[in-house]
Amino acid sequence: MLQDKDRIFTNLYGQDDWRLAGARRRGVWDGTKALIALGRDNIVDKVKESELRGRGGAGFPTGLKWSFMPKDPGERPSYLVVNADESEPGTCKDREILRFDPHRLIEGCLVSSFAMGAHACYIYVRGEFYFENSQMQQAIDEAYEAGLVGKNACGSGWDFDIYMHRGAGAYICGEETALLESLEGKKGQPRLKPPFPAAVGLYGCPTTVNNVETIAVVPEILRRGVDWWKSIGRPKNTGTKIFSISGHVEKPCNVEEEMGIPLKELIDKHCGGVRGGWDNLLAVIPGGSSVPCLPKSICDSVLMDFDSLREVQSGLGTAAVIVMDKSTDIVAAIERLAHFYMHESCGQCTPCREGTGWMWRVLGRMVRGEAEAGEIDTLLDVTKQVEGHTICALGDAAAWPVQGLIRHFRPELERRMEQYRASKVAAE
Amino acid sequence: MPKLTIDGVEIEVPDGLTVLQACELAGKEIPRFCYHDRLSVAGNCRMCLVEMERSPKPIASCAMPAAPDMVIHTDTPTVRKARQGVMEFLLINHPLDCPICDQGGECDLQDQAMAYGYDRSRYQENKRAVSEKYMGPLIKTIMTRCIQCTRCVRFATEIAGVEEMGLVNRGEHAEVTTLEKAVDSELSGNLVDICPVGALTSRPYAFKARPWELQSTPSVDVMDAVGSNIKVETRGREVLRVLPRLHEDINEEWIADKTRHACDGLSRQRLDRPYRRGEDGRLREATWEQAFEAVAERLEDLPGAAVAALAGDLCDAESMLALKDLMAALGSANLDCRQDGAKLPAGPRGAYLFNTSIAGIERADACLLIGSDPRREAPLINARLRKRFLRGGFPVAAIGPQRDLTYEVAQLGEDPGALAALAEGEGAFAGVLRRAERPMLVLGMGALARPDGASILGMARRIALETGMVGDDWNGFNVLHRAAARVGGLDLGFLPGEGGRDRDAILAGAASGEVKVVFLLGADEIDMSALGKAFVVYIGHHGDAGAHRADVILPGAAYSEKNGTYVNTEGRVQLGRLAGSPPGDAREDWTILRAFSERLGSPLPYDNLGQLRQRLIEVNPLFARLDQVAPGAWGAFGSETPAEASSPFLLPVDNYYMTDPISRASVTMAECAEAFGLAAPAKRTGTDG
Repeated sequence: MLQDKDRIFTNLYGQDDWRLAGARRRGVWDGTKALIALGRDNIVDKVKESELRGRGGAGFPTGLKWSFMPKDPGERPSYLVVNADESEPGTCKDREILRFDPHRLIEGCLVSSFAMGAHACYIYVRGEFYFENSQMQQAIDEAYEAGLVGKNACGSGWDFDIYMHRGAGAYICGEETALLESLEGKKGQPRLKPPFPAAVGLYGCPTTVNNVETIAVVPEILRRGVDWWKSIGRPKNTGTKIFSISGHVEKPCNVEEEMGIPLKELIDKHCGGVRGGWDNLLAVIPGGSSVPCLPKSICDSVLMDFDSLREVQSGLGTAAVIVMDKSTDIVAAIERLAHFYMHESCGQCTPCREGTGWMWRVLGRMVRGEAEAGEIDTLLDVTKQVEGHTICALGDAAAWPVQGLIRHFRPELERRMEQYRASKVAAE
Repeated sequence: MPKLTIDGVEIEVPDGLTVLQACELAGKEIPRFCYHDRLSVAGNCRMCLVEMERSPKPIASCAMPAAPDMVIHTDTPTVRKARQGVMEFLLINHPLDCPICDQGGECDLQDQAMAYGYDRSRYQENKRAVSEKYMGPLIKTIMTRCIQCTRCVRFATEIAGVEEMGLVNRGEHAEVTTLEKAVDSELSGNLVDICPVGALTSRPYAFKARPWELQSTPSVDVMDAVGSNIKVETRGREVLRVLPRLHEDINEEWIADKTRHACDGLSRQRLDRPYRRGEDGRLREATWEQAFEAVAERLEDLPGAAVAALAGDLCDAESMLALKDLMAALGSANLDCRQDGAKLPAGPRGAYLFNTSIAGIERADACLLIGSDPRREAPLINARLRKRFLRGGFPVAAIGPQRDLTYEVAQLGEDPGALAALAEGEGAFAGVLRRAERPMLVLGMGALARPDGASILGMARRIALETGMVGDDWNGFNVLHRAAARVGGLDLGFLPGEGGRDRDAILAGAASGEVKVVFLLGADEIDMSALGKAFVVYIGHHGDAGAHRADVILPGAAYSEKNGTYVNTEGRVQLGRLAGSPPGDAREDWTILRAFSERLGSPLPYDNLGQLRQRLIEVNPLFARLDQVAPGAWGAFGSETPAEASSPFLLPVDNYYMTDPISRASVTMAECAEAFGLAAPAKRTGTDG
């Protein structure tokens, strides 16, 4: 369990002053100039060494991503874009950083931008986050006033500007290339890769898109040292992570914890346990709506990090833990998620555009048991036809929850079909 | 030159190719819907997925740049499964109404479904329906069939230059939409060609025929001077549709709307038998003998100077030559192929050609338009100009009335005064032209078809020389013709002979009575009232202005009904081919003239088309060089006298859809003119007006 001294987000619950003075008290903006003085390559190397992995869902090594940025920018400027379009159902961690600890993010933006040679940073905020946007903007204004950003930021000699941009509420705009399209004022549809944003990104210039939490922890890693960071968590899954636990627990909450904490410990220690006791647990979606759910048998022992969850054919995603007890209609729950992905598919590529609707409609019938047993395999086949065949990962995200359902709850699906058939026979 | 392995075969491909193109070079066919060679890559249909070693997922080959050492597999179970999956998805919401779909038989989706489709559907839910969109008189939409490949959106935005289409809504509800008005482009018909399914089909051709019923004849278009390569598709002798034929140096794979859709005019208002005007002043049907008799009678004892001939815009070179030879036999030097009165010189050839060549536009780096509206006069040349413009570094300026050309044009003025100023090197654009390495100018008929046309030609020549447009490997001096017949006529010398009259003099002579007989070879664009009391012999195919004025009508063949030679504005010699016979008693024009010369007692020296072509090549050896562009000779031309500085240029085409006898007879073109507000409102009849 994470000790208080190792916490980074010390104002996660907003009990302290979120403004500059409060942030300074919590250690933000402490020696930022010295961090920048480490030098560009040095920072990237340290982040690489720390094994920090992206907090947005895919878990891509952050330092590696940064190293794709061109060393010699040429005529085109480089950009850092912070993805604050937090829209994954179940996830609400970036929101707390934006509204209660904005300076931590701003400092992270400065250090990270410097590390990849960017003089400008855009924060793309989810449109619904009006309050968070307002807090963030006030914090940015404070930082400008205090000379922490702007010309010669923190006296480091690095000119740095930071801008906020509000989205308009489309889930797909959280996908990094769709986000860039949206930021450019176009329709939010993912771009083809390659070219990757590090080569051709915002306005055709080298760009790195990182999650809010990823950027916010960088200064702290540099300040406290890579060794400190690596002492928390497990190899390749280092450091702390904010978990958002929702659903059928006694006290749903956001909590910063060590990577690799057992799921059971996470729920029991911080959320007062599953409603009705651990034995009342039906399933957990461990990483936001797009990863496959896990039945209780796996939840008993699984560790909460990227690699452990991958081993059980799920994923850490955004670490949004959705807990479902035995009162849950699991089929209806997954059907609801399928509807979400159908609604949010951008409609650009065929498998996702057509497949999401198909999956949702079949699941709709399966909730009532109105299907033949053979259709389960058809449905599974459809998810495989969507998965991996699309431009962006939304296709995968739509397929995985359904795959998880079929993998772990096939008997439940069959039971309903049986029941439906029986009721039909009885009616006749 | 990356070297990659495709299905076990190593292949080296040029730089900058995609995997899909590399696979094609390796002889592997990759199915695709959204990908199109000439449009930007969307990568959204996912049909072109292939397997790449060291990639966990199959890749979209259309969007992946070919890189060294890639190992590609195009025919593995994974690839097949992926494509079958995509095909199944495309079909679940497709209406599968092939039996009533006009695309049937030439539908990409139908063809690919044969290769990758399942024989039955696993989709048991309701299908999606999409409301129709209105896209004007040329395009019929059945949007439920749409597979959202967005080719049409990209074509409209990129090639046609009209941002009037787009994809709205998300996910399943995504649909291609328009502004609920006719697509305001002269290239809109191509949307039907690029649509891989039956969502956009040709409205005039709706339910007319199946592709396998049609006979396809490769030919050349005559609706403008571009010489687009076309396929004329006929059933029996009726032309049902005209489609583009690939020619990279002329029309690529597009054609303009008039080229495509004026073909219904070929079966309306036709002259299908000879006529002669009776004593009561009315035209009456006649036999060929009677018609020839009437003309011969009138010509009897007439001196050559009292006879004249004008050739129209759609004539083939053979019939013009036959008429020229006939005029020579009659002793007349009064002939002119410039029925619009353009002050085009007889030579050097470079003075009346589009010397840069159409493909050459892509190498130019600055352009001056003089009295020309390429968008309406030659839409495909305009499309090339736009293509070049989009690549950047191509400033364009215009002298003449301002019109939207789909790219940025600096307006320098409307009259020859502005041209004179430019010739003096005044203004910023003179500097732009001088600094450019390969500048070009386009001289339109709006600048030449006016009394001071020769002075303007001279001024343009001066600008060309002073800004370095004319060099050893670059000639930026271009005349943009409007008529398919014009360059051919100039090349074979259908021009006033020694002491002969040109168009203005012929008209003046006819009005004053000095010219007593006028032959009009498909010439309909002159002011018929200026012909006075002259005896008019009209040889042509449509009951248009010329036929109304004629005293004798000799019915000829339209371009789809004869084998003819045409020379386009670049000076490229091309052959049009017979796709169906002329209606009724109508005959190919040169045979009419040959038969008439027999009646006069001095038969023209050719008995078949082969001999006539031989004669054509004798007159000008260039006619033997099919589909070649020879550099036009350069020399002195144009006049030094100052032009009328303050009389503004007038553009010749106001109504793009009705410029010649065929398009004026076409119902489709009339509908277009009305849809775009170009036509006078139709006269209302008693019951609805």
